[in-house]
This record gives sequence, structure tokens and C-alpha cells, in this order.
Amino acid sequence: MASATNSGSTTAGSIAVREAGAPGELAGPGTGRMVSQPADARQVATASYDVNDFAVPHGREEDWRFTPLERLRGLHDGTFTTVGSPTVEVDAPAGVVVETVGRDDARLGKAGTPVDRVAAQAYSSFEKATVVTFPKELAPGEPVVVRTRGEGATGFGHLIVDVGRFAEAVVVLDHGGKATYADNVEFLVGDGAKLTVVSVQDWDAGSVHLGHHVARVGRDATFKSVTVTLGGDVVRLFPRVVFDAPGGDVELYGVYFADAGQHLEHRLFVDHDVPRCRSRVAYKGALQGADARTVWIGDVLIRAAAEGTDTYELNRNLLLTEGARADSVPNLEIETGEIAGAGHASATGRFDDEQLFYLQARGIPADEARRLVVRGFFAEVIAQIDLPELRERLMERIEAELEASV
Amino acid sequence: MATLEIRDLHVSVEAENGPREILRGVDLTVKQGETHAIMGPNGSGKSTLAYSIAGHPKYTVTGGSVTLDGEDVLSMTVDERARAGLFLAMQYPVEVAGVSVSNFLRTAATAVRGEAPKLRLWVKEVKEAMDRLQMDPSFAERNVNEGFSGGEKKRHEILQLELLKPKIAVLDETDSGLDVDALRIVSEGVNRVRDTGEIGTLLITHYTRILRYIKPDYVHVFAGGRIVESGGPELADKLESEGYEAYTGVKESA
Repeated sequence: MASATNSGSTTAGSIAVREAGAPGELAGPGTGRMVSQPADARQVATASYDVNDFAVPHGREEDWRFTPLERLRGLHDGTFTTVGSPTVEVDAPAGVVVETVGRDDARLGKAGTPVDRVAAQAYSSFEKATVVTFPKELAPGEPVVVRTRGEGATGFGHLIVDVGRFAEAVVVLDHGGKATYADNVEFLVGDGAKLTVVSVQDWDAGSVHLGHHVARVGRDATFKSVTVTLGGDVVRLFPRVVFDAPGGDVELYGVYFADAGQHLEHRLFVDHDVPRCRSRVAYKGALQGADARTVWIGDVLIRAAAEGTDTYELNRNLLLTEGARADSVPNLEIETGEIAGAGHASATGRFDDEQLFYLQARGIPADEARRLVVRGFFAEVIAQIDLPELRERLMERIEAELEASV
Repeated sequence: MATLEIRDLHVSVEAENGPREILRGVDLTVKQGETHAIMGPNGSGKSTLAYSIAGHPKYTVTGGSVTLDGEDVLSMTVDERARAGLFLAMQYPVEVAGVSVSNFLRTAATAVRGEAPKLRLWVKEVKEAMDRLQMDPSFAERNVNEGFSGGEKKRHEILQLELLKPKIAVLDETDSGLDVDALRIVSEGVNRVRDTGEIGTLLITHYTRILRYIKPDYVHVFAGGRIVESGGPELADKLESEGYEAYTGVKESA
């Protein structure tokens, strides 16, 4: 585990390699686990659509120990008051089918079963779900934009993005306004299909969002996501990936920027349980201001059956001011020796004074130098967004964040 | 005519057991058109002099003055000093991830010149300067100093020197880590800038090797945090044959 307050730290996290079927010793420094658990605890532990199957978390649980439960407005323990869900609007190019369906729709829950209480709460409580379907072989060339706007109330949501075989889809999830919101998003990526998702969390101050994404990736399918979390008091996202068949290729990118008092948490889980799939994870975060807080958990599990897996995950955090704290916990568990590659890296450091000096020594004023460095830090991830207008908007937002404190 | 004047400069760094004085009264005047070589053994404080002139926050000036054309350099921020016409070519230029050389150069030129250079002219200017330093055009698209070889880093420093056209340039161990070819290319770059007659150069080096390419007007021996002897180019020849022992009591070649 790398946690850093004011001072820099670098860690390579943990890599556990063991024989298939052997009991795992997965506690101790670097594992992010306080007690010994079976390797696939996340799956054999509670998985249910019913919130009542989960115990109310109290903060000592491994999955909740970083999260400020007292700021979740009851989303985790049922004491919330539901007033109304955010509005959801979808812009879709021709050929894409957009539906609003009830709780009884047969397509619900196909990507995976909730494995945390708030995800189950959202599943138990949503009223209408949005289903976006790309028929097989459709390649519209234009993105689908799903706008979720909060109007101050507490609510729950459900979205399914179903990409038929050999279809090519780009979907932007754009979250804004003020809300207390928990939701589940299911991505079904058919055989040979390509899905790129950009999920922007840019809520107004005073918002709480607990989001759960599950991608189910078909044979030779490609799933790429870019998660950008900027606004909201507490945002906790839990993106998961499961593979249906060999040949899947997954890239998960993320950018987050926490200001004073914000808690931004990303918990990723890539579950390699079929052979010859590839996954890449790269998340970068910047923090500034008193009690700015970020948490990044990167769990990658390579099961015994997942021979030929190729995986790498990376997390970098940049502490721009005193008083901010970044936790970074990469976990890589490998149950087979027959892999193509597996690795991870995590580093959390302060803004580099030598970089600042170098740029200033070329006449560049300090605030502009800082902007240049932060822009550069995020550029590699932001460049993954193939939509120029959105990319520019996000860069401007990041620079506005930076202006606020410098 | 631009003049850098250093008077009785005292500089300390924070060490484990309190501040440690590195510079102990440096006096030096560098005028536009002149080239001064500062030669000294390791640990004599010559790099501290370079970084103190540029304003690195690690160094605390405890006494003396530095002025550029009468303006108090020590009261300026690092970037103000650069905009006033001071340039430091660094021994160990730092990487700036995600920032391309072309973006960096243009941002720096805009800051130093006070307005953005006209794009067409600028592209031509950069290309020509890079050609002269035998730098491949693809270089401009790489991230600043990221994965650069020692020679590429130094060429990149001299490229900035050519583009930013300072009044006074401090070259800190620009010769270190260079093979003969790279040393020649880098030296030619420095000489092109010197030949304009519009720049004062302070060349900081341990070894005399670079002085065969860049001819100094004055040579100063630096030891124990101050200049202990000054002379013409012949002083470098003396150091070449005798080393620094006469100044430090320790056998060390120059």
C-alpha cells in the first residue's frame, strides 16, 4: 500500500504467485488485506441483487475502510430519503436503439451480480432503467451521449449498454448537477465488438455518487474506458471487468483531481478467468488543498484457467499541496504460472520542485509552469479520449481546478 | 552594454547539522561580449555559483549582491531573472513528462520575448537552429529531456540558448558526459551565440577540454567557495599541466 501525506512515496505493491488450488496467504503488507482470505473472496463473498443480503458496512471492512461512511447520506445503510432520481437524456446516432424499461426487463443483470451493498441497494431501488443497444455490426462513427443531471434529490439509476457482435461503439456518460446517487452500469461487449466508454463525473459541490460498472467482454472483443472524476464531495466508483471468452482486450484509463475536502475513490477489479486476454490499467490523479483525498485500488486476479494472460496496471498520484492524501493499493494475484506478462506500478509524489525550477529558469512564470506540468502529467491519459471537443473541455476543467488554488 | 556584477557573494545550503556555507565571498564581473571560464575541482562550489545566479530555492544568499545592469537580481524570482536576460544551461536538465520540446520552447520564447513569436517564423527559426545542432526534426515532438541521451540533453540546452538569446549565459559543466563529436557540436553552438557579440558567457568546468573549442577571454580558478586566481587563457594551460594541487593541496587534474 502506498499512502502518502505531504511526502513522496513509491511502491511496487504486491504480487502474489501461487500454485492453482493452493491455499492463499493474502494478508499482510502490500496486499491491502487485513485478514487472510481466499483469493477469489470478491466473488465467493456475497453477490446478490438484494440489498438485504449484505451487512451494513461500518468502516472496518476491507472494501469500506477508506470510505467516509458518514458522508454517504445513508446510501450504505438504508437511512437515505428518496426524493427522485436524476434525469437521464440520451443522444444517439441513427441505428442505435434507446429504451427506457421497467424492473422486469429480462436484460437486467446480465453483466454481473452486485458484490457490494450500495450496488445492491441501487439494484433494489431503481425504478426505470435505460437500455442502449448497438445492433450487431453497427458502427455509427458518432458517440452516444448519456447525460445524467442531478437536481438535488437522492436517487438510483441503472444503465445497460449492449453492443452486438462486431459492432463498434463509443459512449460518453456525462454526470453533472447536484445529486446523491447510486447506480449500476452494465456493459455487454459482444464477440468481436469494440466499445469505448468515457465516463465523466463532474458533479456540483454537495454531491455524492457511488457508481458500479461491470463490463462483460466477449470473444476477441475490445473494451476501453476512460474515467474522469473531477466534481462531487464524495465519488466512489467500482469498475469491474469479466471475460466471457478468450481474446478479450481491455484498457482502463482514469484521471481524477481532488480539491480541498473532496473524497474521490476508484476501486478496479479485473477478473481474468479465461485464457489469452489482455488488460491494461492506467489511472492518474492530482490532489490539492486541505483534506483532499483520493483512493485507488487496483485488483487484478489471474485465475488458474486464465493461461496466456497479459496484464499491467499503473497508478500515479501528484500531490500539489500540503494536507492532501492519496492511497494507492495495487493487488495482483496469480494462480497460474502460464502467463504472458503481469506487472504493476504505483507512485505517489509531490510536485517536483526541480521541474518547476527548470521551467522558471526559462522565463516561464510559476503558475504557468505548474499548469504545463499538470497538463503534461494528465496528457497521456486524456489523449486516450478520441473526441477532440470532450478532450478540450476536460483539459480546460482540469486547468480551472488548478487555477482555483495556485 | 549588459553587465553582470557579483560582489562578495556568500551562499549557504541547509545541511543535516544546520546551514553550511558554500560560497565565501565571490567577486566577478561579466560583460556582454566576454567569455569567462570558471575552473575548479569537485566540491569547490562552482555549480552553487551557477544555481545561485539562477535563483534555485535550495541555496540561501547570506551576503553580497548580484546585479544585472544595476538591477538587483537577488530580489527577482527565478522566472524574472530569465526574463531579465539570464540563462543557465544545466548540467542535469530535468525531464518534464507529457510536455513536448516544441510546446516547451514556444512557451519559454513567449515568456522571454513578452509575446508569442509568429508561428510561421517560429517554426522556421526552430528548424534552422535544430539543423545547426544536428538534431533530428522528430526531436521536437519528444517530451522534454525524457529518454534523452547525455548529448541530446546538452544539445537541447544549447538550442534553448540560441532561441532565447540571453544577455548573460551561465553554462554549468556543459562538457560533462559528452563524447568528442557531441562536444564539438555543442561548442559550435555556443560559439555561434558568442560570435553575435551580444552575450556574456560564464563557462563553468572542471576540465580544460572544452576550452580548446570555446576560447575564454578570462580564466578564474575556483577553490573553497571563492575565486582564488584570475588570469588570461594561459592560466588554463597551467591548470592543464599542474592540476589543482597548488590551490587545494590535493592532487586533482584539470
